[in-house]
Amino acid sequence: MPRNKVVLVACGTAVATSTVVANAIEEEMRERGITVDIRQCKATEVPSLIHDVDLVVSTTPVPPDLDKPVITTLAFLTGIGKDEVLDKIEAALRD
Amino acid sequence: MHDSILQHLDPEAICLGVEATSGREVISLLAGRLAALGRVRESFADAVLAREASMPTGLPLGGDLNIAVPHTDPEHVVTPSLALATLVRPVSFGSMDDPDEQIPVGVVMMLALADKNAQIDMLREVAELIQRPGALAALAAATSPDDIFAVLRA
Repeated sequence: MPRNKVVLVACGTAVATSTVVANAIEEEMRERGITVDIRQCKATEVPSLIHDVDLVVSTTPVPPDLDKPVITTLAFLTGIGKDEVLDKIEAALRD
Repeated sequence: MHDSILQHLDPEAICLGVEATSGREVISLLAGRLAALGRVRESFADAVLAREASMPTGLPLGGDLNIAVPHTDPEHVVTPSLALATLVRPVSFGSMDDPDEQIPVGVVMMLALADKNAQIDMLREVAELIQRPGALAALAAATSPDDIFAVLRA
């Protein structure tokens, strides 16, 4: 059985916004038939946690040159463009 | 209905019609209220200001009325709480996804969080509130804490 895809969700403090984003991604991907493992971190911690991660979703800029797909979005907080971002996340996880 | 927000928002932590000229001023005001209520440590205000300077919390909502959600690490928090300010004139906050971009903010909701899992309901409700059509405008138009609570109970 293939392992679950791992999504690293980052924000400034890893306590507020990334929690909202992590929950939303987990729920929405489950509805689309994708089980994901979610991890949360501060944006500054992303480079040290990136090695076995399939996708990074962040609400704030993360360091460059991560060699993994990165989606920076506020859609899970503001609602603006949420469907498009969910499609992008799904596409990245189905690769 | 935003039960968890209602539970965490003391009327004393609501500042309506604030005349401020900067985001820092609003943050200091709200952090001072929470500190006076004993809900955050004295270090909270400086920690929020520092975090806002490097990683701002403005959320662009595609219109004239944007919101900022300043917050910081749990170690500065005593009791999980919210504080809310509405501004007579918008002040600039950096945008969360692009700190170099300044956006006009008319409503500030400060989050004092102690544990992300314990406060997930509150955080989810804050996101729902931001996304609810008209809710932010209704908050901005409030003239009393009761008006605010009416919006949150709707």
